[in-house]
Amino acid sequence: MKAIVQAEPKAAAERTEPQEFVTPVVNIFETRDGYALEAEMPGVNKAGLEITLEGNEITIMGRRAAEAVNGELLFRERSVADYRRVFELDPAIDTGRISAKMEQGLLTLALPKSERVKPRKITVSD
Amino acid sequence: MNLTRYQKPDLAWPSFGRLSSLRDELDRLFESPWTELARTSQLLSGWTPALDVHEDKDNFIVHAELPGMKREEIDVSLHDGALSISGERKTEEKHEEAEAYRTERFFGKFQRTVPLPAPVAADKVKAQYKDGVLTVTLPKTEEAKPKQIDVNVN
Repeated sequence: MKAIVQAEPKAAAERTEPQEFVTPVVNIFETRDGYALEAEMPGVNKAGLEITLEGNEITIMGRRAAEAVNGELLFRERSVADYRRVFELDPAIDTGRISAKMEQGLLTLALPKSERVKPRKITVSD
Repeated sequence: MNLTRYQKPDLAWPSFGRLSSLRDELDRLFESPWTELARTSQLLSGWTPALDVHEDKDNFIVHAELPGMKREEIDVSLHDGALSISGERKTEEKHEEAEAYRTERFFGKFQRTVPLPAPVAADKVKAQYKDGVLTVTLPKTEEAKPKQIDVNVN
């Protein structure tokens, strides 16, 4: 009889539901000195921003600030989901010198290249 | 015996004229005050910032996503019962010597027009730009606000 009883489903609190994210639009530029990454995350401010570096992978996550809107929704195009995007970094980037700036929903990351990697002239001694 | 002329059933072989009028009928069935606004956000027309429209007892509230802009670059105007949000995002000169790896962001001019379902007090409209979101609050005129009507029973 006991064999017929199925294993109990996990309690709701244990089940991890994957959160849906929206991918922020980015522009990436490269110069001799490094990379510049701009990610658009409207509705996100510095407090909601989370940037994590793991190995050579950088994860940008932005949580939207709560917007107090009372009233009935008449028309919607904006997403309610938070932002998330993962990038693989060029090994030439000096991860210790990565800096970030957040202004009006636009994240700007400066990813400088290691000094060693930059092309440099080698003087020839006589 | 009645000899009646054989009439080919109309719908068996519809002409193009009938098909397009059928399409129009279906369009009318699904049309809401917002279909015009939805149509303006077509992918091919370039940059069309996403927007939401809310309504409460006293106001209409429009949110538009315009990240990375300066307040002076955004233009908000009211004309003929419709809110118009427009502007131009100029490309940054500092990236000119750089090699573009990925360019997904839109630049240039944009314009969205939101038809308002009820009249608003133009002089009381407020706009705020924060965290890359433009919030326009449009207070309804007194006549447009919902009113309680007392029912008299005689």
